[in-house]
Amino acid sequence: MTASRFWQISIWILVLALAIAAPWAFYNYHTGRQSGFVISMLSQMGMMSILALSYNMLLGQAGLFSLCHATFFGIGGYATIHFLNMASAGSLPLPMELIPLLSGLSGLGLAIVLGYIATKQRATAFAMITLGIGELMVTSALMFQHFFGGEGGVNTNRMIGRSLFGLTYAQGIQVYYLILAWTLLSALAMFFLTMTPLGRMANASRDNFERVQFVGYDPRMVRFFQFALSGLFAGIGGGLYAITYEIVTFDALAAPLSANALLMAYIGGSASFGGPILGAVLITLLQSGVSLMSNSWLVYVGVLFISMVIFAPSGIMGLVTAHGPIVRGGQLGRLAVPYIRVLVPGILMVAGFVGLVELTSFLTIGAAQGKSLVLFGNKIDVHATLPWLSAAVCLLGGGFWLRLEARSFRRVWEGLMQGLKPQRSVA
Amino acid sequence: MSDAALALKNVGKAFGNLEIIRGVSLDIARGERHAIIGPNGAGKTTLFNLISGRFRISSGEILLNDVRIDGLPPHKINRMGLSRSFQITSIFHRLSVFENLRCALLWSMGYRYSFWTPLWLQRELTARTDAMLEDLNLTPRRDTAAGLLSYADQRALEIGMTIAGGASVILLDEPTAGMSNSETDNAVALIRRVSKGKTLLMVEHDMKVVFDLADVITVLVYGQVIASGPPHIVRANPAVQEAYLGALDAA
Amino acid sequence: MEIVLVSLFNGLVYGMLLFMLASGLTLIFSMMGVLNFAHASIYMIGAYLAFTVSRFVGFFPALIIAPLLCALIGAAIEVWGLRRVHHNGHIAELLFTFGLVFIVQRSVQMIWGMLPMAYRVPPSLDFSLFTIYGANFPAYRGFMLLVSVGMLVATWLLLKKTRIGLVIQAALTHPQMASALGHNVPRVFTIVFAGGCLLAGLAGVIGGNYQTTEPGMAESMGPIVFVVVVFGGLGSLAGCFVASILMGLIMTFAVVINTSMLDLLRPLGITVTGDNLFTEILTVPVARIGALLPFAMMIIILSFRPRGLMGTRDT
Ligand SMILES: Nc1ncnc2c1ncn2[C@@H]1O[C@H](COP(=O)(O)OP(=O)(O)OP(=O)(O)O)[C@@H](O)[C@H]1O
Ligand SMILES: [Mg+2]
Repeated sequence: MTASRFWQISIWILVLALAIAAPWAFYNYHTGRQSGFVISMLSQMGMMSILALSYNMLLGQAGLFSLCHATFFGIGGYATIHFLNMASAGSLPLPMELIPLLSGLSGLGLAIVLGYIATKQRATAFAMITLGIGELMVTSALMFQHFFGGEGGVNTNRMIGRSLFGLTYAQGIQVYYLILAWTLLSALAMFFLTMTPLGRMANASRDNFERVQFVGYDPRMVRFFQFALSGLFAGIGGGLYAITYEIVTFDALAAPLSANALLMAYIGGSASFGGPILGAVLITLLQSGVSLMSNSWLVYVGVLFISMVIFAPSGIMGLVTAHGPIVRGGQLGRLAVPYIRVLVPGILMVAGFVGLVELTSFLTIGAAQGKSLVLFGNKIDVHATLPWLSAAVCLLGGGFWLRLEARSFRRVWEGLMQGLKPQRSVA
Repeated sequence: MSDAALALKNVGKAFGNLEIIRGVSLDIARGERHAIIGPNGAGKTTLFNLISGRFRISSGEILLNDVRIDGLPPHKINRMGLSRSFQITSIFHRLSVFENLRCALLWSMGYRYSFWTPLWLQRELTARTDAMLEDLNLTPRRDTAAGLLSYADQRALEIGMTIAGGASVILLDEPTAGMSNSETDNAVALIRRVSKGKTLLMVEHDMKVVFDLADVITVLVYGQVIASGPPHIVRANPAVQEAYLGALDAA
Repeated sequence: MEIVLVSLFNGLVYGMLLFMLASGLTLIFSMMGVLNFAHASIYMIGAYLAFTVSRFVGFFPALIIAPLLCALIGAAIEVWGLRRVHHNGHIAELLFTFGLVFIVQRSVQMIWGMLPMAYRVPPSLDFSLFTIYGANFPAYRGFMLLVSVGMLVATWLLLKKTRIGLVIQAALTHPQMASALGHNVPRVFTIVFAGGCLLAGLAGVIGGNYQTTEPGMAESMGPIVFVVVVFGGLGSLAGCFVASILMGLIMTFAVVINTSMLDLLRPLGITVTGDNLFTEILTVPVARIGALLPFAMMIIILSFRPRGLMGTRDT
């Protein structure tokens, strides 16, 4: 086992340990209860990780830009509600722990049908077909009472009274561990898939779909299998969603969730396997953290996303792994000062940007909601000039300063890389 | 069964109303090393695209081992034992050199679309890929992303991917284009080695390479065959002399 | 009868509105190979800007100013954004414009608030043009038709009679050739992108008070415009025109048809009983699935003809 493989495995185990321990860090010993907020956030992270990973089977691994991924998540959710209702009624003798398997099969079934059409095409046409499919599904979900429950959605009670381990799933913590187990299982399965002939050929058709044909593979079949399997995992995620919330509405298959899958996978890093998990955790944190404080979190996510597309197409994980050679060369320390030098203007610029966004947002939405902007305990008058001016100065000044520093940072970086190159080519 | 591994019968191709290939007929015998030469824009690459199924032919027939292959999609033709390389290097640039070669081996070794076979346990597959790497002198670059290889290495990889699947008919489109002299010599040695016992059809501009390798030469000008035969006969053909303006004498 | 006439007219108006959006999108795609997801967002910005500008200087100046501002925004997006992701490939460009949708969406809400704007038809155009079979034709719709036809003619002239128009045309038919023409390609890109945004902005100005100017308008318009462009065939302005009018008509007519699939089957002696998803699908009236039709049509056409109705190259 190489050293880097050892570190990778260690990090995975650490992440798993953290995920297992996390609820207990917020355990309230006075009331003897878990924090409901934390549990629900962690659960959300679990299912979003599955969603993002399965999305990345398309985007990162097969180079397919799908706009209907939530369809399979949603269908898994809807189906699971019906499965749970059937289980409660006694017509489906299956323990709770295995229900997500059925959710996954529902996702797989639909993905086989829709994938047959969508994967006839690639690139832009594929994106357009999936856009159409997504819209079709949402409209259908809103229109049909049976199965989808129309606008109100469908609901259930997850205490079906059947469990392999005698659990009732009355408390959120039990559900969380169920989610964690399935997330782990799905992630392992998806990781396994990347190392099978299909997974490899998916990569190959991402890089050069034409050449794939000349080594004997039909790129359409590669896309089809990859699409169907990603539907399977999305369905599992949707099933966990249904189990957690006990209600599924059209939100679970609507475009914003598809977009979220894309954002998570891309921001986390679609070029590496673990990136989407990172993205899911980060976006969920932002969503439940920042959205509490700010009306405009979507602007931040949007700007973050666009900046990543421009400056860091391989996502956060890509940025981290780019440091690999420097770390191995033992030169990371030499980046500390340059980092601080870009961080200061960077923070200034971000602060200025956030300031402007918040000021604008409090001028309209905030005013409509009767809220006012409070910073460090001081109420800020959004109609005064000073806050606007200082925010603008921060943004512009920080921006210019950052450009200068970024240039010198790049020089240092390239210098380091250059110095390391001879070693790399020998390896 | 005739002894032609590949036979073109009056093949034509038009883009819109522009006729690029006009009634080309060719028989390439089993085990033959056949070179196609011709000026730029003569339609050599287009001919390869027609044979390999990348484009549909407008008229005529193409037979591979006496089976019609025109109209079939490229992957089916490939599975029938015809493999081609590209003039403009066409590789999986984000995958490592090793992965590139392994991908080229997968179908021929029967893995199909398997999503249940762990690749890292496939001893024979790995061994054959590594042997390929060795053969191509690419072992030191095994884990480098293919997109980062030097030009000559990429060309070697391109050839490697073309022959990896063990196809019996191999089409190489300007395998040595843009290479230095020593690189060309290596490439020629490589081609000679890997085409042993196979049928080879190659497009090549370097006359030294052509006369070095080819048993039969076909000259294509404006989508038409103006001469075809053993090197010394083609060389003496006045029409060829004219088309090439003495370039052959220099070789 | 009158319902047919009214729907025909409304369909035409809506179709022309679609075409104004779709033609810009087609031009941008043909030239740069980018399907601009944020196109409908520009449409929305156009409507909002028109609302704000018209409060100060009136509707007719706004009709000019707002689209110009949109063109400026478009140019900025192209120069500072798209151009920088260009070398990362088409998917990156798609993703970039996709990200813009979010930003515009929320920014509009931040600047103008969540509620619909009181952006109304100007009083000078707020009368009934004529009446047939007791149905009124609002003059504003006639005006919309006029503006869009005017724009169509202007664009056509620009493409046919000017140098840059010729370059753009050449790029439409031979995309690889654009750069070989020796023109300043980046500048042509910027002009085309800005021009497309100008058209979208203009559509926003006249569409904003025809529909409602509210933060959801991009979201509801965007997918339809994509359908039109893809259905008509990417890169084909003629196909785009046919598809726009077709979609406009289909969507306005579908709303007034109250038959369901079951009604069609009934003459064949088929009846269904029971109460399940299947019977529900059969009994849903066309009026309610009107919104579905464009998407269904796009999926069908794309799966059989990736080039769309009249496209010359694959999507
Ligand atoms: N897809 C296409 N559509 C239209 N014309 C094409 C197409 N592909 C090739 N051509 C034209 O066909 C002609 C022959 O091209 P081809 O690439 O086959 O020439 P070649 O003999 O391989 O030349 P070279 O020695 O430069 O590689 C050229 O004039 C080219 O412009
Ligand atoms: Mg050629």
